[in-house]
Amino acid sequence: MADSFNFELVSPERLLLSATVSEVVIPGTDGEMTVMAHHAPTMTTIKPGVVTVVTSDGKSDRFVVFGGFVDILPEGCTLLAESAVAVTDIDRDDLGKRIQDAREDVADASSDAVRQKAQEYLDHLTTLEAAI
Amino acid sequence: MPSLKDLKNRIASVKATQKITKAMQMVAAAKLRRAQEAAEAARPYSQRMAAVMSNIAEAVGSGDDAPQLMTGTGKDDTHLLVVCTAERGMCGGFNSQIARFARDHVRRLVADGKTVKILCVGKKGYDILRREYASMIIERVDFRDVKQMSFAQAETVAEKVMGLFDQGGFDVCTLFYSEFKSVISQVPTAQQLIPASAGTADADASASAIYDYEPSAEEILEDLLPRSIKVQIFRALLENVAGEMGAKMSAMDNATRNAGEMIDKLSMSYNRQRQAQITKELIEIISGAEAL
Repeated sequence: MADSFNFELVSPERLLLSATVSEVVIPGTDGEMTVMAHHAPTMTTIKPGVVTVVTSDGKSDRFVVFGGFVDILPEGCTLLAESAVAVTDIDRDDLGKRIQDAREDVADASSDAVRQKAQEYLDHLTTLEAAI
Repeated sequence: MPSLKDLKNRIASVKATQKITKAMQMVAAAKLRRAQEAAEAARPYSQRMAAVMSNIAEAVGSGDDAPQLMTGTGKDDTHLLVVCTAERGMCGGFNSQIARFARDHVRRLVADGKTVKILCVGKKGYDILRREYASMIIERVDFRDVKQMSFAQAETVAEKVMGLFDQGGFDVCTLFYSEFKSVISQVPTAQQLIPASAGTADADASASAIYDYEPSAEEILEDLLPRSIKVQIFRALLENVAGEMGAKMSAMDNATRNAGEMIDKLSMSYNRQRQAQITKELIEIISGAEAL
């Protein structure tokens, strides 16, 4: 069995999960990454996506996160999400609303840089909707 | 001297008031518990955020490429005060305490020749401050219909603040709120939001580890700073709600007790007058009988 480490998933409103896990898959901005024990210290931002957590007893949990960042240390990993929900509790209407908002953001973007950013965010959201 | 009937009416009305204050106290107690839970649930996030911030700020340093939100505009001329108060009164000195604290700050800044702008969050603070500083208040945010403070509310405030900063509306931003110490004690606090005063948190052993940044440290910091401002505002709002409920609870407890005392006093004089009247009637009857 793989070594385990401490993983915490926090949103501004509460601590969603604090558990000993063997691996975590994180949707980093530069690509998905799997974190296992003794990972080199890393800090990365995340895009909207699904975080898969495999606890040390082999159970796997999935959470949907909307942006945020991860702080990875050899002895533990903390994910600070802008907002997060368990996949089983996801509210499709809410997601639809976020996509709608993102579309509007793209439409009202004032400069190309802003538009590109908004477009990327929208793309992430639509992929996310397709994935769950 | 009020008549018996007047006294009776007074007693009835004070009793009704006491019932109301008692109910308000119980409502505040229930809300306080919820607010405290919310404030506690939000704590891990802001703690981690502070740790990460100090960490990354150290890595980026205060070089020229550091984002403006952290280094500031380099000037110190225009100050924005974000004053967070409650939406409702009936909570003792809670709102006026924050307002007074902010007012002292404004006086000091004005005496130093700075320009001051005020953003009011919450109705009560606006009501108090507009008497004196109506021209300085640039905006007000109301959360009157909000039942439970959530991160979305903090976001709206933070976006207003950051939007202003991007337009060069101010150089320094300070947040005013009431720190929740206990049910009976809320301490008005000022906290500097922009430029972000990172690096104050103790860097523990793990924080000094050398990190890989993905993408670059600067980009993460740029993403992080607005978020950290939101979190700080969110925390202030939550502390405020908890403080308001605590203050309301003790204020209403006092009011209930005062009403109780008043009822005792009124019933005492009511009884005394009733006795006096009975005695008087008796004397009249007896003296009438004797005269025959």
